[in-house]
Amino acid sequence: MTNHWNDLQYADVLMVIGANPAENHPISFRWISKAIEKGAKLISVDPRYTRTSQMANTYAQLRSGTDIAFIGGMINYILENELYHKEYVSAYTNASYIVDDQYSFKDGIFNGYDEKTRKYDKKQWGFKKDKEDKIIKDPTLKDPRCVFQLMKKHYSRYDIDTVVGVTGTDKETYKEICKAYASTGEVGKAGTILYAMGGTQHTVGTQNIRSYAILQLLLGNIGIAGGGVNALRGESNVQGSTDFGLLYHNVPGYMEVPTDADVTYQGFLDRITPKSGYLTNKPKFYTSMLKSFYGDNATKQNEFGYHFMPKLGAGKDYSYIRLFDAMYRKEFEGLMMFGANPVVGGPHASQSIKSLANLKWMVSIDLFETETSSFWKKEAGSDPASVQTEVIFLPACSSYEKEGSVTNSGRWMQYRWQAIKPKGESKADLEIVHMLARRLKELYKNSPNPSDMSLKALTWNYGESDHPDIDLVCREINGYDMKTKQQIKSFGDLKDDGSTSSGCWIYCGFYPENENLAKRRDNTNEGMSNFLNWSYAWPANRRILYNRASSDLNGKAWSKDRVGIVWNSVEGKWKGNDIPDFAATKGPDDPTFIDPFIMIAGGKGALFAGINEGPFPEHYEPYENPISNAFSSVQLNPAVQFGEKATNAKGDVSKYPIVATTYRVSEHWQSGSMTRNVPWLAELVPHMYIEISEELAKEKGIAYKDRIIVSSARGEIEAYALITKRFKPYKLKDKTVHHIGMPWHFGYNGIATGATANVLTPNIGDANTTIPEFKAFLCDIRRAK
Amino acid sequence: MDFTRRQFLKLSGAVAATIAVVELGFDDKKARAKSKDFKIAELKPTSTICPYCSVGCGILVYSKDNDVIYSEGDPDHPINEGTLCSKGTTVRQVYTSEKRITKPMYRAPGSNKWKEVDWDWALDKVAQNIKETRDRTFVHKENGVIVNRTDAIAYLGGAALDNEECHLLHKLFRAGLGLTYIEHQARI
Ligand code: SF4
Repeated sequence: MTNHWNDLQYADVLMVIGANPAENHPISFRWISKAIEKGAKLISVDPRYTRTSQMANTYAQLRSGTDIAFIGGMINYILENELYHKEYVSAYTNASYIVDDQYSFKDGIFNGYDEKTRKYDKKQWGFKKDKEDKIIKDPTLKDPRCVFQLMKKHYSRYDIDTVVGVTGTDKETYKEICKAYASTGEVGKAGTILYAMGGTQHTVGTQNIRSYAILQLLLGNIGIAGGGVNALRGESNVQGSTDFGLLYHNVPGYMEVPTDADVTYQGFLDRITPKSGYLTNKPKFYTSMLKSFYGDNATKQNEFGYHFMPKLGAGKDYSYIRLFDAMYRKEFEGLMMFGANPVVGGPHASQSIKSLANLKWMVSIDLFETETSSFWKKEAGSDPASVQTEVIFLPACSSYEKEGSVTNSGRWMQYRWQAIKPKGESKADLEIVHMLARRLKELYKNSPNPSDMSLKALTWNYGESDHPDIDLVCREINGYDMKTKQQIKSFGDLKDDGSTSSGCWIYCGFYPENENLAKRRDNTNEGMSNFLNWSYAWPANRRILYNRASSDLNGKAWSKDRVGIVWNSVEGKWKGNDIPDFAATKGPDDPTFIDPFIMIAGGKGALFAGINEGPFPEHYEPYENPISNAFSSVQLNPAVQFGEKATNAKGDVSKYPIVATTYRVSEHWQSGSMTRNVPWLAELVPHMYIEISEELAKEKGIAYKDRIIVSSARGEIEAYALITKRFKPYKLKDKTVHHIGMPWHFGYNGIATGATANVLTPNIGDANTTIPEFKAFLCDIRRAK
Repeated sequence: MDFTRRQFLKLSGAVAATIAVVELGFDDKKARAKSKDFKIAELKPTSTICPYCSVGCGILVYSKDNDVIYSEGDPDHPINEGTLCSKGTTVRQVYTSEKRITKPMYRAPGSNKWKEVDWDWALDKVAQNIKETRDRTFVHKENGVIVNRTDAIAYLGGAALDNEECHLLHKLFRAGLGLTYIEHQARI
């Protein structure tokens, strides 16, 4: 989230698209309700009429996988009717940049495309520069080659009739939403967009989110209270686990992982460090991180231990889907899982079970026996005798049987204290990784092998007992001066000469010398409900990102009701209700005074940005789709990569005519291991079910609670039919299609059991993130008997 | 009554005198006099954050010896202000559920059942498995470049863990052991 939960109350209009907070983030809805009480309008856009829709002023039906069409139409409406925030767009975004002459767009394809590799040469989407290498701009936004005009042209194709013919939205409702949301472009008004996995889990997931961001930039809704682009994250610490680099392509603090093409540290730093913007400081953050890994073993002479780090194969994709592809091809032997249940949570689940059997060994660390940890059992559909995988299960304890911090969706790092000793012999994951690390270090202690130097160089100083001292871990994350061992006050003090250490630069500052600020519990609201003394928000305790944009070009608040930070010319600094997103003393004399987007080179919000499938989001149909693309002859996102053919079956509309999606319910959580094993929750939602419309039920002769079978190109599942008014047939341009949906929490283990929805979902991912397309696929249904 | 609770929370380690009164809806004063008799009155609340979704609601957990007696929304927490959803409300049962696994288990290749094992044996086994696979598959140099990686062991998980745990997991598996396949729920 650029903003945070309490901040939702300050919105004038809230648009929830691809999320269902009333159901899945129930307590967040208190702040949405508060906004509504104060007169705000709530818009819910979803394939299904959800609990959030029920609370909304306006509900729009949207066929799964058509967000870009929907938002593209809104962008068009705003540009055509000049409803955008003119000053903001001109000064705070790259709307005025003149785009390179090479740029073109024709029938669904941008310039620079290579059909064979399904990749674009992104360098061909640059900006025009003058002799001094400065980007040429047209602040009047009239030049036909400026971003603004090119964008206008691009989205002029997204007229209302074409859009609703694709999305299946009622035309009048769509117009009403365009009008209501565009009203937040008025100076002083705020609109917020809330999304979750309904936005990201598509082959065009990243561009879906980009389209939300473009809309928000046009309306001047980023950086202000009650605004923002807000991802409602699903797990208590998925924010933190991402911040700390538990993805193949990032080390902590969203920095790059070296590849084998990065032969020297300096060369690597040169590649990853931008020429302007805040991230010019990256070498300081990277070197400090290496120091936190290897301590005194990271020296100037050995490039600060750079070569101890593994280098990825250049161009190789190690993401989740590819990981399972590799497992299918028997490319690896071992799997360590710390709280993960991929045979319920991953795509093409039945294939995942088969692939797991290719492992030599697997370790599952969890509270409960998961479907994955017992994938070798008969109940999983396996033949135990033929599964040669050795499986070790280590019992973990729950969150209040240990202590440590988690970071919520609003980036608040909140501490949890220990209420009770771990149950039975279970242990904290911190203890498990510590005990394992100590054993491994012991095993490799005397190795003279160059392969083992990384592990030998790794510092592991968290105490000599089996129980690590968590305070030492916290101090290491924050970072300290290598000589004095004094804690670093802020990431601005980190150095690239090896004199400082910091495990995760974006968190640097949460633990100054004497106090772990994540433990703070002062709930005084000192203004705009930012609660600056409650816990700690990264970075630097900022509660709203890009908060420079909360004020106009002179540093005056756009609205007196939404004061973020304002320039105080008497004191010569920024003051207000938040921590400024940059040095508080940066005044009008500084050329970057009007550059709110500090993380982007140039400091301007990116309406035009080079991501894998093009500089502007363009609608393509999902991998499995019921109609041909109305916007071009290109059906699927042209930059999507295909993985292992054998695990990538595709269903055709002739055989699978129904669109399906998945979602969650309030009473269960993710793959269900922490809810289906909890008696009350298991009792509240005890069965797997499929939601189908009354019309579809009638067509198929299905009655409420009948057992039905849903089939896709990957497999089939059986569950109860739940006949509902929440789904309606979709009237698209040339035909009507049915849409169904189902929760994805179920599996065969636990108190509440049921069929796994992900047996049906495809093994294909977004062109940038490879996040699987869980949310839009084709299927068919029939009665079980 | 809120005052009592809040004041109480600021005195960490103190004994809750009136919690039960509030929760059971009794007459405040009368019950306060008798509060010693309530089971919960003797309990120490511990502040925690809900382990489920990322709203990050505050929860107070009341435990005694080897049991979690009660839990409730933290009235001081600025996001939830004492409220919780169905999942947060049920957090006590994450501890009390009979389904919790409390001993390490081992399943031998081809076997159809788990066998309970002790921690030392299990951790030694994990460490040996990692070492055995890693040593056989590790690439130190490729085409003259030091790459220090193994593509033969994968790591998954972490979205429900603490930050401190994520830091150490990343440190050990990437920076120490050289894994490349490191993924978690953010991708799915
Ligand atoms: S109580 Fe409910 S809304 Fe609050 S963090 Fe827990 S799961 Fe999320």
